[in-house]
Amino acid sequence: MVTRLTPPGAQPLPTEARLIRNEPYYEAVGGEIALFEAARASCLPVLLKGPTGCGKTRFIEHMAWRLQRPLITVSCHDDLTAADLVGRYLITANETLWVDGPLARAVRSGAICYLDEVVEARRDTTVVIHPLADDRRILPMEKRGELLQAPPEFQLVMSYNPGYQSVLKELKHSTRQRFVAIEFRYPDASLEEKIIRSESAADSATASALVRLAQMTRNLKGNGLDEGASTRLLVHAAKLITRGIPAAAACHGAIAEALSDDPEMLRAIDEFAASVF
Amino acid sequence: MNAPLSAAELGKRLDYLLGPVLSSRRTAAPLAQALSALDRQQQDFVLHWIEVIDRSNYELAYQFAAAAAEALGQLGASSAEAWIIHAMDAYDREGLFRGSEVFRQFDLFRRQAADSHAVTFAEYAPVLELFVCGLAGRRLKLEIADEAKTDTETLFLPPRIALFPDKADNCAVYRILAVLLWAQGRYGSWQADLGAACAARPDPARAAALLAHFEGLRLEARIARLFPGIARTMARLRGGEPDPRCAGLVSANATVGDSLALLDRLYDSFNPPALPWSFSLHPGTNAVRSARLARERSELAAALAALMRQHPPPESAAAAPEGRFSIETGQSADADGAAEFELRLDGRSVTPPAEVVQLIDSLLQDLGEIPDDCLQAAGGGGYREKDEDAEQTGDITPDGGHDGSAYFYDEWDYKRRHYRKNWCVLRETDIEPADDGFAVATLARYRPQIAQLKRSFEALRGEDRLLKRQSGGDDIDFDALVEGCVDLKTGMELPERLLTRRHKAERNLAALFMVDMSGSTKGWVNDAERESLVMLCEALEVLGDRYAIYGFSGVTRQRCEIYRIKRFDDAYDDTVRRRIAGITPRDYTRMGAAIRHLTTLLDAVDARTKLLVTLSDGKPDDYSDHYRGKYGIEDTRQALIEAHHAGIKPFCITIDQEARDYLPQLYGPANWTLVDNVERLPLKVADIYRRLTA
Repeated sequence: MVTRLTPPGAQPLPTEARLIRNEPYYEAVGGEIALFEAARASCLPVLLKGPTGCGKTRFIEHMAWRLQRPLITVSCHDDLTAADLVGRYLITANETLWVDGPLARAVRSGAICYLDEVVEARRDTTVVIHPLADDRRILPMEKRGELLQAPPEFQLVMSYNPGYQSVLKELKHSTRQRFVAIEFRYPDASLEEKIIRSESAADSATASALVRLAQMTRNLKGNGLDEGASTRLLVHAAKLITRGIPAAAACHGAIAEALSDDPEMLRAIDEFAASVF
Repeated sequence: MNAPLSAAELGKRLDYLLGPVLSSRRTAAPLAQALSALDRQQQDFVLHWIEVIDRSNYELAYQFAAAAAEALGQLGASSAEAWIIHAMDAYDREGLFRGSEVFRQFDLFRRQAADSHAVTFAEYAPVLELFVCGLAGRRLKLEIADEAKTDTETLFLPPRIALFPDKADNCAVYRILAVLLWAQGRYGSWQADLGAACAARPDPARAAALLAHFEGLRLEARIARLFPGIARTMARLRGGEPDPRCAGLVSANATVGDSLALLDRLYDSFNPPALPWSFSLHPGTNAVRSARLARERSELAAALAALMRQHPPPESAAAAPEGRFSIETGQSADADGAAEFELRLDGRSVTPPAEVVQLIDSLLQDLGEIPDDCLQAAGGGGYREKDEDAEQTGDITPDGGHDGSAYFYDEWDYKRRHYRKNWCVLRETDIEPADDGFAVATLARYRPQIAQLKRSFEALRGEDRLLKRQSGGDDIDFDALVEGCVDLKTGMELPERLLTRRHKAERNLAALFMVDMSGSTKGWVNDAERESLVMLCEALEVLGDRYAIYGFSGVTRQRCEIYRIKRFDDAYDDTVRRRIAGITPRDYTRMGAAIRHLTTLLDAVDARTKLLVTLSDGKPDDYSDHYRGKYGIEDTRQALIEAHHAGIKPFCITIDQEARDYLPQLYGPANWTLVDNVERLPLKVADIYRRLTA
């Protein structure tokens, strides 16, 4: 008889729920804050669409702070199963112990549950969020025979990058049509400059040169690049520059190499950097 | 090493290879005589390249053969290859005369190749093209010309630059020239009629040279504010300060008017100094520019009309909505940097789609502002679409003289907004296998790359699936164990099946590759396509995905053709490899019918994911037909929508540099990819497929 088992991963997961106490820096681009608050007031789930590094995760952290609700983030990966979200039985000394998954914990505590890059998850997992994402707002826990009713404070949020090319990584319509979508784009030049300055303490000339560099790489999307440089990459480069790394080296490391492996493309991006600085 | 071939043996080979361009007065004998002096390896090299060049042009191959013996002696094998490729490039770009000239002037090539500090257009253009595209936000063509100039759509640049002893500086001169030429359009050089201003002078050529110099100084100052890095390089390389009399051009708001005023003042007294980056004014610019303006205005009108339909006026509007668009520029358009603007419809702010943003941005660059008459949505009688060729009426009946092997497909007519019934006649034929060892040569040439591809494909093979309640396995199935413990407590037996096992699941995927066999693929593109297919097949065999390959081409709607290369049920064997080798350029690309036919084939396959991958080199086109242009694009789009409805995912791999203008409309923003460099196609196709299905 098995009395003691410690299989890998059997320890209860550390709690990711957190209440954000200090305001995360976020610059609103359009009406996204009002839209999010209205969706929340109407108990509607939200889908954040946009390219990588344009501020989706930062936005949701900011909203969690604004609303003073705990935020539970699940970074989705291709082995994420339904049980990873809902929960599973563990075995302790001759008894079984149910451990809630992050989604169940979020529902019970009325938190904001943020499923980051949801298309990365296995397709069947998106189905468990369907009853939570429509007007029923319930989470069926089959293994426990329990039906969790979400309180009004609970909010489901997913992020999705529509730029992926894999046909296996498209969001199913049955899923996406349950969500209020907020589209994120890169901020316009002056706002992006402001973001870089406040995130990295770079001076205004550096920030504006970086924005110009980013615009040039974004012009290359579809012409050799899958994505242009994101705001996040610009912040990385700015941080390196403020630590004394020469601009060309910082841009090469933080931007060029992050965008491409193609030697000609790397050279073109390096020449952008040599031009704007 | 094998013994060299004798003149007689060589003569026989050359007679065969160059037959079409030989005559009684021009025989292969002198060539054979010269080549017989080479060793066997060199002879094989020459014969191999004659064969390759033959595929593009027999006369060009003859010119190569005539020069080869002497050139090989001077150049050595590796730079001989560069010389051949340079000549073939010249042929592709500028025709037979230039190609032959390069072959004849191998000595010039040798001397230029010896200047290690020189930069050639061919070597730097790939980087420069990306650079310019990033700069301009739209793809500008780069071409070789003796003088640097631009018509605002193509940047003409010198074939090589060897002004400075440091290669990096010569690259920088190319870059500076490209930026200056781009800046002509961006900073309004052509907002004045420069041609007329020069023609009014006694010596128009002198006036043009002066004006080009002044505009160069003005644009340099503009660029310097935007790109400090370029400014530093210019200051270092220019040699000498600009003439103080031109100081007015350096101010932030100098316009082309200031350059013209300076021309008035200094016409008699000024001699422009030579700069490393001087350019001339292109006489044809105004025509190109007004054609673009007209096109963009009409496209903007159509796009605004579509936008208006998406934003119906609010019910509560007090006055009748006028449907008036207006633009507020956040930053005056002549300031440095990109212009920002807000589009308003009857005072309400609307978010313009990317297409409108691009058009407005382009118009702003050309005009400096958006005149109100540009902002009128098309509609009513005010706007007519571009003239298409007169509509062709049906001149054949579906059964007119066609045997039973033909398929009939509808075609979408966007003007009528309905299908033309049974409009296209399509036949499926087998491709003639070729026995030229193409596949073997490809496999040999890319052996390391193929090995690498196979490795990366192995990683994809079958996703792991966890099988539960197994009697044998490598991990414990906790669900089963929990239940088992309960059973045990209640006095039952502990079940046996308590383990989990990983199982490789089958990739439930079928892919059909649709290969462009139009006449435009002749030459390198065709070679690259065939090499791509060989490599793709090698990689796919590892993966075990079901796949098929079909070629398509045809002339007019009565003769659409589909060529079977590999059906889903065919094994990848020697026959398939020889069929791939037998792919030859044929006629045109009427894509709609081909897509409809292959959709039917793919639809019959039982798979969870079905992919239709097009390998193409240009937009849909057909012979003397109204299929060219918008009609063909709309029909192709409709055919792709039908494929979508059948649960098929279309994807397009293209080498057409202009693909950005029409492919997003056809395949959606993410379902196509552009391979810039034809030579890379073989390496890229399999890799794209891997990414697509990962």
